[in-house]
Amino acid sequence: MEVPILKQRNYLIASVQAVLTDQDLVNLRDRLVAQVGRFRSVGVILDVTGLDVMDSFSVRTLRDMAHMIRLRGADTVIVGIQPEVAFSMVQLGLSLEGVPTALDLEEGLAYLDARPKRTSVGPPPGTR
Amino acid sequence: MNKPHEPSPQNGSEATGPVKDKAVIPIRTVMDIVTARQYGRELAMETGFSQTESTLIATIISELARNIVLYAQSGEILLEKTVPGSAHRGVVIISRDNGPGIPDVQRALVGGYSTSGGLGLGLCGVRRMVDEFYIDTGTGKGTTVTAKKWLQ
Repeated sequence: MEVPILKQRNYLIASVQAVLTDQDLVNLRDRLVAQVGRFRSVGVILDVTGLDVMDSFSVRTLRDMAHMIRLRGADTVIVGIQPEVAFSMVQLGLSLEGVPTALDLEEGLAYLDARPKRTSVGPPPGTR
Repeated sequence: MNKPHEPSPQNGSEATGPVKDKAVIPIRTVMDIVTARQYGRELAMETGFSQTESTLIATIISELARNIVLYAQSGEILLEKTVPGSAHRGVVIISRDNGPGIPDVQRALVGGYSTSGGLGLGLCGVRRMVDEFYIDTGTGKGTTVTAKKWLQ
């Protein structure tokens, strides 16, 4: 199933509504990385509320996705990790290290809004 | 994904209702991974595991089924509730394939994929999370992983 990607201001929002196969997740990653360029987005929110499990493959794919989007000049925040999914990730030693997370869509938007603005001609001195 | 004859259990429709106490799920495609873990979640819930533990069991099944797809192309996942009267109550997960086998099991069992040292099979995490764990593998002889999780 294809995950819908919504454009909200200069952010992209993708909400996982149903169970995804590995292939679905890889497709989502590629579409988001591409659409950041098409819509000149500076932030991406991925809502994973509908994901039934986060295993080593999902975690690696999401980390890769966030890093690829970062290389395209936008920030990613992952929202909606359910308590039981968080429990399994911790138990299995899976980490989204380096990828910001927030409770839900609202907090994700707040996170992106709170980031310092970057100029369009490259990073200002003293930042990455 | 590309096999039209495959069942397509979107949104868990395949896994609703009572599940049998034992099932053998053929694993060939990424869709079969989803089928196996959804069945496993249902079986775990019926066995009496909490939603949290059932999610953990589904995650374990997902790891094992993916290893089949990635490394052996095809195989099967056997899911089973323990029979009444046995020493423990819980679920047994057996993952079987006739793939190339794991040449260096010790290395595959070390660390998580993120801490490196392991082979990225997720086996280390799986082993830590279950009460009994056996692996029978070797170059050319396929791989059988048995994982048992008991109700506390």
